[in-house]
Amino acid sequence: MSRYSRHIILSEIGQIGQDKISNAKVFVVGAGGLGCPILQYLTAAGIGTLGIIDFDVVEKSNLQRQVLFGSSSLGKNKAIAAKERLTDLNDDIKIIAYPEKLTHQNSITLFNQYDIIVDGSDNFETRYLVNDAAIITNKPLVFGAIYKFEGQVSVFNYQNGPSYRCLFPNSPDKNSIPNCSEIGVLGVLPGIIGSMQANEVLKIILGIGNVLSGKLLCYNALTSQTSTLKINKSEESFNTVLKYKENFHKNKTDFNCEFEAEEISIKAIFNKENVQFIDVREIYEKPDVDNLEVTYIPLSKLESHLNKVDLYKEKMIFCQSGMRSKQAVSILKNLNIKNCFSIKEGASEILKYINEQQNVSNHGR
Amino acid sequence: MTITLKYFGLIAEVTNCEEEKINFSANSIAELLDVINSKYPNLKNKNFQVAQNQELVSFDTKITGQEIALLPPFAGG
Repeated sequence: MSRYSRHIILSEIGQIGQDKISNAKVFVVGAGGLGCPILQYLTAAGIGTLGIIDFDVVEKSNLQRQVLFGSSSLGKNKAIAAKERLTDLNDDIKIIAYPEKLTHQNSITLFNQYDIIVDGSDNFETRYLVNDAAIITNKPLVFGAIYKFEGQVSVFNYQNGPSYRCLFPNSPDKNSIPNCSEIGVLGVLPGIIGSMQANEVLKIILGIGNVLSGKLLCYNALTSQTSTLKINKSEESFNTVLKYKENFHKNKTDFNCEFEAEEISIKAIFNKENVQFIDVREIYEKPDVDNLEVTYIPLSKLESHLNKVDLYKEKMIFCQSGMRSKQAVSILKNLNIKNCFSIKEGASEILKYINEQQNVSNHGR
Repeated sequence: MTITLKYFGLIAEVTNCEEEKINFSANSIAELLDVINSKYPNLKNKNFQVAQNQELVSFDTKITGQEIALLPPFAGG
């Protein structure tokens, strides 16, 4: 066993620790910038079973940071290309490549086959899917994410600790935050953040040190500064996910829009009768849509304030940008509350439109 | 009162700095955010959470700390 001798001579690991690593099953979502260093170190460390899921193919612009790949990988599926390279690195372990998308349909079955989930994905839709599926299957989730020169690392759902939704309850508007392909990223940054994730995986398996649970580590590659922020657990965030448990697989994983919702324009419903307008923004958010009769139920309180929802009216839900309103519709639909629609315009557009319509009708008199 | 504001990710791009000290009178995080929003109108509609003295807090929390950080989610990988 000379391969792992540098581990085994560490008194904190030893043969017992190395055996734990050999018996561990780790599932890595995404074989991109973060996935490559995660997979490389976990393979070298001798993780017994390593699952890799990625539907994407290797492109030339990936090679600047996705260090498992070379010219010969171009055009190949990333999970398969990664497996080829990793098998050369360590053929003592079992590596399973899944050249497909992670979805609401396959995630639970896949996660159930592994002990630890590692998120190296590159979009919010997948990140929230990974978080929710990790909660449902009760697996620890090693999280990492990057933006230009900055990275975030944490371990979620570990020994009753907080989840990603305790930190960021809802997925932001898909267009509000660009990804690496649109804005660029310093090539070495995912190497640093992915290596930190691999380190957390090994600490969890070995039971040594302090796992980064309940904390978010923020790293800035330009200033070399790190900040560690404390995250408190929100039972509500867990309950929101667990309520979906039975229907989770019915969710459509749409990579353009996290939640499917009946979308409608304010212009189509302005004169409609028997309608309840629901503002799901937080109380402090402006502007107030004061030219409509509005029921205020912040999204975070929706499920505990269902009594405010008028079951006999058509529910027209809005928020700041049209994203949270879609989530609200999704939540209500899951609770079997019918006739809910998401207004695609945000509050300021709605306010402006209603004002214009009222001015028109005043002039007409 | 004077506190230090720290900005991460695209929030720092909007404010054009990673850290600054401000003088203000506000009781809650939400009130402070109104002050920050009026200084940086482009922060409107940006998604972020707030940490007070390195602990993430809800927007209705009273300001008791010396350091407030605005933290956006990152998606990249």
